[in-house]
Amino acid sequence: MKRRLAALRSGHRRQAPGEPRAVGYLYVLPALAVYAVFLLYPFGQSVWLSFVHWDGLGVATPAGFDNYRDLFRDPSLRAPFAHALLLLLFYSALPVAIGLLLAAVMSRVRVRGMTFFRTVLFLPQVLALIVVGVAWRSILAPDGLLNDTLRAVGLGSLARPWLGDYTWALPAVGVVGTWVGTGLCMILFLAGAQRIPRELYEAARMDGAGPVREFLTVTLPGLRPQIAVALTLTIIAGLRNFDLIYITTSGGPGNATSVPAYEVYHRAFETNQVGSAAAVGVALTVLIFVLTVTVSRLVEGRRS
Amino acid sequence: MTTRLERGVTYGILTLFAVIALTPVAGILSTAFGSPDSLDTGFSLPEGGLHWSNFTDAWSRGHFGTYLGNSVLVTAVVVAATTVLAVLAAYAFGVMRFPGSTVLFYLFVIGLTLPQEALVVPLYFDLRWAGLTDTYWALILPQTAQSLAFGVFWMRTYFRGSARAVIEAARIDGANTWTTLWRVLVPMGRPAISTMVVITFMWTWNEFLMALVMVSDEAHRTVPLGLAFFQGQHSSDASLLAAASVLIALPVVVVYVALQRRFIEGMLGGAVKE
Repeated sequence: MKRRLAALRSGHRRQAPGEPRAVGYLYVLPALAVYAVFLLYPFGQSVWLSFVHWDGLGVATPAGFDNYRDLFRDPSLRAPFAHALLLLLFYSALPVAIGLLLAAVMSRVRVRGMTFFRTVLFLPQVLALIVVGVAWRSILAPDGLLNDTLRAVGLGSLARPWLGDYTWALPAVGVVGTWVGTGLCMILFLAGAQRIPRELYEAARMDGAGPVREFLTVTLPGLRPQIAVALTLTIIAGLRNFDLIYITTSGGPGNATSVPAYEVYHRAFETNQVGSAAAVGVALTVLIFVLTVTVSRLVEGRRS
Repeated sequence: MTTRLERGVTYGILTLFAVIALTPVAGILSTAFGSPDSLDTGFSLPEGGLHWSNFTDAWSRGHFGTYLGNSVLVTAVVVAATTVLAVLAAYAFGVMRFPGSTVLFYLFVIGLTLPQEALVVPLYFDLRWAGLTDTYWALILPQTAQSLAFGVFWMRTYFRGSARAVIEAARIDGANTWTTLWRVLVPMGRPAISTMVVITFMWTWNEFLMALVMVSDEAHRTVPLGLAFFQGQHSSDASLLAAASVLIALPVVVVYVALQRRFIEGMLGGAVKE
């Protein structure tokens, strides 16, 4: 009897959900097939294309590392990457900084009507970037809201065609990114701050900590995971910002707002430099990977 | 412990940022309902009541009726396909163990950070070679693949967390893996699944680059692509452009307002749990 029970139990074990099952492959197969054909394989092809010269029509010729070397040598390729890094200040650093500052001020208050504020603050995240671009184009237009406001308060001399200005077009596009990202950061940090134990704040105050010290010793460490998430999401979004650039400036004036994401499209489909476009795409991928890994190492403390 | 000042400052800040978030939206709305002849780019209340004519104009003259139809079709297929495929795969990754499962799962996770820009160039040449550019397939297949990265990752988290006891009980009742999934785990996982559905819906509806590259004929244009072309042709017609923008944003915003918790949860990748 005992032996039979044991046999029964081990029979159960063999079928237990945690045990190896070939049927798992069948469940994974359909998704994997679509994913492999339309995502993994094209990525592999991108890597291959980045090592050839090809105009999209004729025969591809081997290029070795030419396309990658150009990323460093060719000013028209260096600029987009420089722009992208500068834009990250607006797309990522600024929203995180603003979000932290506000979380610091607001963390002690239980907000009523938070659902309303959350819905409104997060709204920019769900709008199509094409729509966001159209809306901001009209704000930044020569006779748009921003210039009208400047003129109304007597600062008319500052008014300019923001998106057509060589110096100001890039920061102007950056501000749009800040608008998109700030709400997300605020919501992340507010939710995180609400979960920091009250006692920590009380202890800090008992020790005579002022608001700044309290922020540095309680709020900031308590928000580490949220900061990592915010940085990762905004960095990825900031480097994939094709839509916004296309609709607001198309990389112009000149190439003042050109970014890698736009350069891939421009080179592959407008100037027939397919190999170079692929190299930009692969480099962009590497940049995203390096930055996100760095963030999770630095901010989360090697727990990636 | 909170003083009246702190409360005041907090609500002041929240209101300020709410206004900043809403200003461009309000601008688009006021322009969309404004007089079509007005050169004013908005922010004044429309004179002489609301002008619905901009919407009918965008619908007929701007062909937005056709574009919306295309967007609905593409989005519906991508969402349905992603949901079924992601649930199946995530189920296996979440509750079964088989050699190579970890490696396969990480292949899907990589897709979360892989930018479209690194795929779109070869995809275009592949699909053109297959004769699929300027068809709905060229929009559906790549976007399904890209949504699967999130779908599989998200659903696996759910299956991981779903109670082992439930699965065990179903098995003892004689359910095989297939019945357990569809009769027990999927009905239980409705919140997780609806989060995946709304996120995939939003991404697909808003997708621009893929449509721009894959579609050159007007018959297959989706709404974001339609708006971009519209801006190129009628950039001076601000009210028509704004009306078209409202038509594009409205479906997502309506779903978002109804299910904002699902949206935020999904977009923050489960980082915030309340």
